[in-house]
Amino acid sequence: MAFAFDLALVLLTVAVAAWTIALRDGFAAVVAFVVYGALLALAWVRLGAIDVALTEAAIGAGLTGALLIGAAAAVRRATRTALPEQRPDLGTRTLAAVLCAAVAGSIAAGVLLLPEPAPSLAADAARHLDATGLGNPVTAVLIAYRATDTLLEKVVLVLAIAGVWSFAPDGVWGGRPGPAPAASQPGALLLLARVLPPVGVVVGAYVLWAGADHPGGAFQGGTILAAMVLLVVMAGLADVPRIGSRALRAMVLAGPMVFLAVGFAGVVIADAFLAYPVPYAKPIILAIEIVLTLSIAATLALLLAGPPERDAAPARPGQ
Amino acid sequence: MSTATLFGLCGAVLIGVGLYGLIVHPQPLRKIVAFNVLGGGVFLVFGVIARRGAGAGFGGDPVPQALIITGLVVAFAATALAAALVVQLARRTGTVSIAEDAGARESPP
Repeated sequence: MAFAFDLALVLLTVAVAAWTIALRDGFAAVVAFVVYGALLALAWVRLGAIDVALTEAAIGAGLTGALLIGAAAAVRRATRTALPEQRPDLGTRTLAAVLCAAVAGSIAAGVLLLPEPAPSLAADAARHLDATGLGNPVTAVLIAYRATDTLLEKVVLVLAIAGVWSFAPDGVWGGRPGPAPAASQPGALLLLARVLPPVGVVVGAYVLWAGADHPGGAFQGGTILAAMVLLVVMAGLADVPRIGSRALRAMVLAGPMVFLAVGFAGVVIADAFLAYPVPYAKPIILAIEIVLTLSIAATLALLLAGPPERDAAPARPGQ
Repeated sequence: MSTATLFGLCGAVLIGVGLYGLIVHPQPLRKIVAFNVLGGGVFLVFGVIARRGAGAGFGGDPVPQALIITGLVVAFAATALAAALVVQLARRTGTVSIAEDAGARESPP
């Protein structure tokens, strides 16, 4: 029964992926991609990777989908004429299909020929779990064992924000991203934007807190908080802050900066970069995660909002 | 066939499907979507390796799982940057294709 479910899930996922590629309309392809992300999240549950399933649903399907829908709408507005069908000719497509089948076949062969018994670091991760004070091994890997990866990933997010903001025309540098909020919004959106955020903030904080011992953590919690911010902005209840705002920039930078500070402190008080003194490991990890969550929420929401387009701050007197 | 192998084969097919879309679509936005489909397949294969490494009371090897989470966030950051580039391309040129004759097709006859 379970195998039948898995087989159906796999066939559906492949079909939706093929549909995403085959669709002629870009907007419909993005919608199909969101379905694909949701199916992948189910696949992660079936593989027992609940942390990954939460991240896939929140970021892979949710945020990426919202981002691409926004981009597809902006592109549609900006293009002057309807696009003619521009696929390469049949020969090129056949060649591409043969190449892609060869790549997929090689990887499938690799999957079938994976070594037995499978190499695993699970035992090592379990052995040192007590020292971190955490119960969730995935969080331990993210924030303790492989903290360098997570630190660099935060830096990548800041670089991405810098890249997106750099598309701003000179006149609106430091202004607000996106078009001005519409004067009137549909009632359902307004109602949701008023009712959901308090619940969402509690859920986000819970996912962060529970991440120490159960599936969850800074990424998933931060994404939920970012979604709440975006909901309020979309409903027009609040405007996006100016990207020139110092408070906003401090929030984006807080995560990597605190992480780096703890890393360098580790050289002095523990014995290596990003090492935590064992008795205080859990409080330090929680402190990093709380700051990271707020930073991730701000960064993800800003990445989705895009470059500034309007409402640059007037020059302050004396400048 | 075990569950892990089944999803591993699924990942391999998804990589092929995504790669095909990446090659044949001339519109950059479609290429971004295809690249994300491909990425989903890569993560799935990696997740199967995590599943096979289950042990010590865990449902899977936590190290690859954590790397997938990091990868998902980085993929989102790259997608956001790429999408912003495509929107700028569309606003400045009025076209959304990198096909060589797209400019000719866009101009009025």
